[in-house]
Amino acid sequence: MNSEANPVWTLAWTFGLMSLFAVGGANSAIPEMHRVAVDVQHWMTDKQFADAFAISQMSPGPNVLIVTLIGYSVAGVAGALVATLAMCVPTAVLAYYVSRLLTRSSHSRWPAIIQAALVPLSIGLMGASGLILALTSDRTWVAGLVTAAAAVLAFATRINPLWMLLAGGCLGFAGVIG
Amino acid sequence: MPTESPPAADPAPQPPTTTPPGLLALFVAFAQVSLAGFGGVLVFARRAIVDRHRWMTADEFNETYALCHFLPGPNIVNLSVVFGSRFRGIPGSLAAFTGLLGPPVLIVTILAALYARYGEIDALRRILAGVSCAAVGLLISAVFRMAAPLVKRRDLVGLVVLAAVFVAIGLARLPLQAVLLVAIPLSIAITFAMRRRALA
Repeated sequence: MNSEANPVWTLAWTFGLMSLFAVGGANSAIPEMHRVAVDVQHWMTDKQFADAFAISQMSPGPNVLIVTLIGYSVAGVAGALVATLAMCVPTAVLAYYVSRLLTRSSHSRWPAIIQAALVPLSIGLMGASGLILALTSDRTWVAGLVTAAAAVLAFATRINPLWMLLAGGCLGFAGVIG
Repeated sequence: MPTESPPAADPAPQPPTTTPPGLLALFVAFAQVSLAGFGGVLVFARRAIVDRHRWMTADEFNETYALCHFLPGPNIVNLSVVFGSRFRGIPGSLAAFTGLLGPPVLIVTILAALYARYGEIDALRRILAGVSCAAVGLLISAVFRMAAPLVKRRDLVGLVVLAAVFVAIGLARLPLQAVLLVAIPLSIAITFAMRRRALA
């Protein structure tokens, strides 16, 4: 959009606004992150975006840390910090005030209605995240097969997901995925 | 990355604490939860808050989490702030928030620097490509797991809303804000109308 602006400010308002629309959590906003970072601002390539997702999943801490990686790729350490804070602080402040409001009047049934209304939205958003990430990372049929196998195993068994990431990494290293 | 010691292994179960946690205790507890929490911090947060420290009962925890889940943004970050404020006001929020985010942000920033420097190395590229394939599969399985209750209850309205959002964001690639500014009021109105009809 405005390429003359300081990229750190662009990060701040992009993620600050996005956080307020991340219904259901950080993973719901992945399609929007991809749209902004790859398609609109050209901060990263598809491959770099997929790598950022992979690194954030391999790291400890909440899923939201993919924005730390996006921020770093735009403006180094300052970008990493600004993107993380922009994605976390606005909703944290909102949560603080809403929780104080609700403890005072907990008779309302609106929270339950809003929650019920948001559940299908957040699942739809997560589904879109899955699709967009699959399109960016699965470039060969073997890659698609690995994704499908991980999805089925994680759905049907209680295997620690770390093993699947490890297996994916090994297959990648062996050059199977291409 | 998993930690070397399992997070819930506390050999001597302590009696329920009556004194609210201090700022340092909040910071340390959320830092531990965050560093143990690989792929999902929530499980570890529940274990630490309910089982290990007994700062909340399971019901209190569920209520707090439900609130944080219906608010936008990273749920667990919201939880840390709400939780910290219950015991120590705004300083408590800050302690829990920095505990949760500080250490992992430091780690991820270091990884980002390493990636910026060595990301083009062929072996690393291949490994990351493999990891991301598997990671996407895990995310997709989470989607199916969350959608399963809707299918089971034959929640047709919910499934239509789910599909509409999926198409708008995933296929049409429309901006998130635009889609949600239409979808949120619509979904709330439908849910409200359905509940009234069910009551009538």
